[in-house]
Amino acid sequence: MSATVTESAQISEKPARRQPVALVFCCTILGAAAQVLMKTGANHMTGPGLLGMLTNLPLMAGYCLYGISTLLLVVALKDGELSLLYPVIALTYVWVTVLSFALFHDSFNPWKLLGIVFIVSGVAVLGKGGKR
Amino acid sequence: MKTPVSHMLLVLLAAFIGSFGGVFLKSGAGALRQGWIYLVVSREPPFFNWKLASGVALFLLSSYFFVLGIRPPGELSVLYPMISLGYIFTLLWARIFFKEPLTRMKFVGLFLIVLGVFFVGLGSK
Repeated sequence: MSATVTESAQISEKPARRQPVALVFCCTILGAAAQVLMKTGANHMTGPGLLGMLTNLPLMAGYCLYGISTLLLVVALKDGELSLLYPVIALTYVWVTVLSFALFHDSFNPWKLLGIVFIVSGVAVLGKGGKR
Repeated sequence: MKTPVSHMLLVLLAAFIGSFGGVFLKSGAGALRQGWIYLVVSREPPFFNWKLASGVALFLLSSYFFVLGIRPPGELSVLYPMISLGYIFTLLWARIFFKEPLTRMKFVGLFLIVLGVFFVGLGSK
């Protein structure tokens, strides 16, 4: 998977269709980081008030990352196909699963691993399909 | 714990709305070719990129219903696979609205991803 992305970054003569997949790839990493920050912010939430939310740094940082991630998605969609790029967003689940295991010590089990393997191979197939 | 049907419907609604969010983002994204400023404004009335704005609004709305749906007693193992139904809707809209070709690669990739999301949900009990 990562090989596909670096390749598209290197071959600048034919950026036509792989570049958008690489962009959505970055978009999912940012999206996952946003979710982790929002979870951290939610854990430190003192009350349900709006002021409490606005002064909650991790929460606000999470929202900002979400904004940037959406921006990347829009740039990707400018040249890429919706039917190809939208399912790639599922990569977010992979990063969130790994990050929440590493940071919040959420459970990790064979089902999650199997899920990750399937999602990554699905994205790899879509990445290859976009070549033609 | 059992997931109530109402929670399933909320997540399905979120997936449905989200898939339209993608359609609007895509149709608003084309304006970017004229320059970054067209992310927000537009040359024609109503002079702002309402398609892109609608896409963002639909994503926000979708995440609202999603959060409502995954509240307890909603179980992620049941609800996660329903989100990935949104990807299937999107394939349909992309075909209808943008005339995108539906290749075998897309079906295979999508099938693997839906299966993967299903398993991640299964592991999230």
